Amino acid sequence: MEQASAQPAHVHAPPQTFLRKHVFSLDHKVIGKQYYGLALVAVFTGMVLSWLMRFHLVWPAVKIPGLEFLAKGGAPGGVITPEYYLSLLTMHGTLMVFFVLTNAPFAGFGNYFLPIQIGAEDMAFPRFNMMSFWVTFVAFLVLLLAFFIPDGPPISGWTAYAPLSAIGNDAGPGLGWGQNLWAMSIAIFCIGQLLGSLNFIATTLDLRARGMSLMRMPICTWAWFVTACIGLLAFAVLLPACLLLLLDKLAGTSFFVPAGLVVSDRLQPHAGGSPLLWQHLFWFFGHPEVYIAILPAIGIVSHVLITSMRKPMLSAKVLIYSMMSIGFLSWMVWGHHMFVSGMNPFSSLLFSFPTLTITIPATIITLIWLGSLYGANLRINSASLFALGFVSMFVSGGVSGFFLAQPSIDIYLHATYFVVGHFHMVMGVAAIFGIFSGTYFWFPKMSGRMMNETLGKLHFWITFIGTYCIFMPFHYLGMAGNVRRYSSFVDDFMAPLMPLHKFISIAAFITGGAQLIFLYNLIHSRFRGAPATENPWEGTSLEWSMSSPPPWDNFGGRHPVVYHDPYQYGVKGSKGDYVMQDSAEQPATSS
Amino acid sequence: MATTTYTPLPVQTRSAAAGGSRSGVWVGIFAITMFFAAVTSALSVRQGSGDWSHISIPSIMYANTLVLAISSLTIELSRRAMSRSLATGSATLAAQGWLGATLVLGLGFVAGQYLAWRELAARGLYLATNPNSSFLYVFTGAHVLHLLGGIAGLLYLAARVAVNGTGLRRNSFENTAIYWHFMGVLWLYLLVVIGVRL
Amino acid sequence: MGKLFAVVVTIIALVSAYPIVAHKYAQPEDISTHGHAIDEQLSDTMAEAGFAFLGAQLLLGFFVWKFSNRKPGSKVAHLPGGAKLMVATAFILVGTEVLALGVLGQKAWASVYFTPPKPDALQIQAQAGQFAFYFRYPGADGKFGALHPDKIDEGNGNYFGLDPANDIESRDDIVTGELAIPVNREIELLMHAKDVNHSFYVRELRIQQDFVPGLDLSIHFTATKIGKYEIVCTQLCGLGHYNMKAYLSVLSQEDFDKWMKQKASEQ
Repeated sequence: MEQASAQPAHVHAPPQTFLRKHVFSLDHKVIGKQYYGLALVAVFTGMVLSWLMRFHLVWPAVKIPGLEFLAKGGAPGGVITPEYYLSLLTMHGTLMVFFVLTNAPFAGFGNYFLPIQIGAEDMAFPRFNMMSFWVTFVAFLVLLLAFFIPDGPPISGWTAYAPLSAIGNDAGPGLGWGQNLWAMSIAIFCIGQLLGSLNFIATTLDLRARGMSLMRMPICTWAWFVTACIGLLAFAVLLPACLLLLLDKLAGTSFFVPAGLVVSDRLQPHAGGSPLLWQHLFWFFGHPEVYIAILPAIGIVSHVLITSMRKPMLSAKVLIYSMMSIGFLSWMVWGHHMFVSGMNPFSSLLFSFPTLTITIPATIITLIWLGSLYGANLRINSASLFALGFVSMFVSGGVSGFFLAQPSIDIYLHATYFVVGHFHMVMGVAAIFGIFSGTYFWFPKMSGRMMNETLGKLHFWITFIGTYCIFMPFHYLGMAGNVRRYSSFVDDFMAPLMPLHKFISIAAFITGGAQLIFLYNLIHSRFRGAPATENPWEGTSLEWSMSSPPPWDNFGGRHPVVYHDPYQYGVKGSKGDYVMQDSAEQPATSS
Repeated sequence: MATTTYTPLPVQTRSAAAGGSRSGVWVGIFAITMFFAAVTSALSVRQGSGDWSHISIPSIMYANTLVLAISSLTIELSRRAMSRSLATGSATLAAQGWLGATLVLGLGFVAGQYLAWRELAARGLYLATNPNSSFLYVFTGAHVLHLLGGIAGLLYLAARVAVNGTGLRRNSFENTAIYWHFMGVLWLYLLVVIGVRL
Repeated sequence: MGKLFAVVVTIIALVSAYPIVAHKYAQPEDISTHGHAIDEQLSDTMAEAGFAFLGAQLLLGFFVWKFSNRKPGSKVAHLPGGAKLMVATAFILVGTEVLALGVLGQKAWASVYFTPPKPDALQIQAQAGQFAFYFRYPGADGKFGALHPDKIDEGNGNYFGLDPANDIESRDDIVTGELAIPVNREIELLMHAKDVNHSFYVRELRIQQDFVPGLDLSIHFTATKIGKYEIVCTQLCGLGHYNMKAYLSVLSQEDFDKWMKQKASEQ
């Protein structure tokens, strides 16, 4: 296992000062925890925003005590105005998609575990890595700043369609400096993500330990790698899009705004721009982005399930190739967000075919999971429960996508709650379950302490049932024709649907409240949890071959060598029911 | 269940080479290429709007191109001198000299681009004047920003060589040189786009 | 607890399927000529999606029930057929579904977008602006007058920016806040956006199309049932988006003619 070193002693010196250890750390593990912490703040903020939205939809006239002070004009007398509702909606989406779903499963866990799982001491560019977190942090602050300026946050949704987002305050509140801060925040975020993706790719290609061929990397490592490849290209497109938007807003250019627009009785001083150009650029990024959100969760859940099942997947290679296919196909489908946008209707048909085709690798992945469960020796704990819950959610969310992939059906379902239900199921629930599963699984390694299993299971049950109660009904609302992004439901048409909305809101409050159990568990266990051993789950990949938490340089100066793939469970003739990846143990009998 | 047959011997991997990553700079180049591809496609869409005109390239941009091309030459000379120094353990004066020349030429390019913008302004062409000028400023501005990143890399290299002699991570020089050449290639592409489409 | 998971996931799957199977939240009645193709597509997809959904959830529950918390010392086993079977199943199941739905779905889409409107379709212009829809009929001359954004004067009812003083065609144009159409007559709706993106959505008509500033878009449809239906904006357009609607009145030819006469006199 040891090997004479042909390499420099360390990539960077051991941290000495408090700042170097905990703040401006070059250590990928600290950076991973920083990303996770940022995501935690973002997710609770985003959740509170969604509570305000759900409350307002169902009890629009009820005063929320104290909100008039927090909301800076957006809720006079504690009652949310239509424009503030849209601000909440915009910030909720932006926080969740960018600062939670791109941060936690990818930048958080990926930063922590990718170098370890490939046997490296750290990422390829530790300084860029540190920069990537702090740049992301600055982006977060810039975004939150929008809540505190007089203009308020933007009201154009996380999708910020032009010309609404490009014209300024003539089109509504929040669209002046609120929108500018949004665009700046996202542009800065793109830079952070590009630096991060660069690190992930270079590290995976160049810093693998001896014996760690690409196909011997754990499935979650592959997921992070594919995600980084997608992210590199996707964020490289969103960045110029945001810059062009800022130029339209601040410099008088007309990339996205055509001539002759009369807004608030004022003829707008733009000409020749194309609103559809913004949509194309945005969704060219936006569709791969949702795979950036789900692929790490797919990887994490696969990884957790294998350890919990005490057997490998039917084929890790098939899972990996399927993830790569999803990554590849994700570039060809962006127009399915634009079926009724005014785009050439022939293009809509063209986009629908790869969209439907993506169902194939997604189904393969699901069937591999299900098929692998057969004959398993499944251990049930918080981590595996969330992984199983993920499978259920992935199916539910994926199946509704099938409807939206067809342009003719999308004519009816576009911009209804059906769409909102679909993306919340896959992103808002499934991807979050991936994060939860990873947390319960890896918390012992990261902190040296075990989380409380009883609380974890309680958290699971309330969340699993609760999220179904919230988001399954969204599909029914959509089928009935309930339009999305409405701050109030004022039509007679909506009256029979209000009881269902009430049910959803109540479920949302309960389920959201249950997340406090998770937060408590996280914090309490960090300080008072039972001490964790090196390998509490009897896992086989490299992260389980070191102390909990790992030493600052991961492998304590040694250079691990791996001898086979990381999923040697149930090997006949071996001593236990698993063999570590860096173990050269030969089974007593082989056949 | 069928047993898993082991491969008890590890596979040789192109792994953890001393001196860090060789692929990182290519990954970065890929991302930057995508950035400019996105702006190019925005140009294609915008061109269809009927308010397209034509801008003749400020002549100084041709001179700037020459300057940048020569700087690729000088960084190449620097890199080779550095390789020789590392191999023989000799002084790095030649490498530093050529590196300094590259730096000067790079800054010269930036200055020249600034003069090009001044000339455009004198013609009444500003960022928002018309779509052609918008793209011209966006392309050249974005390129200069990325080039400044390259200049920062050169400065960093120069400082490390001056302080540390030959104690650089093995690939640092290569990676910086590759990035610098890419800036030149990118500029050639932009020159063609500007000349033909704008 | 594995068995509990199996039970819960089964209950969730069945409870979720119930409102669909029982048509509790079905879409409103289709009043268009092209809508039945869409509705058929929708129910075909629902059947296949339902099969996939229930199948997967129940299989998940079944396997977790059987293979969790087993007796200590139980051996793991592999599904006969392995990964190859799963891949083949995915390709066959999804491949056929994809082909079927993709190919068949073309017809419904084509009937809306690839068939041109009939030459005698009634042309009506719709303008969407923050936060109302207005409609314009060409009047006796059958021609629409030019639009002049700088002449828009909402206070005086000049929503479209018409210039009757200088444009002869706009003198007989009829501007309304309500979209009235005769039943069983093809309508060609010319769509103009005044300020930002909006959308035209009538659920019963199975029609949804964005208004895009700077683009001349149009859709065509035929309504088959007399009645009053909501037109709602579905593309986020600002703070009044939730309240941006108009009414589609499908009238008999006789009633429509009366309505037109009345509106013409009100101009």
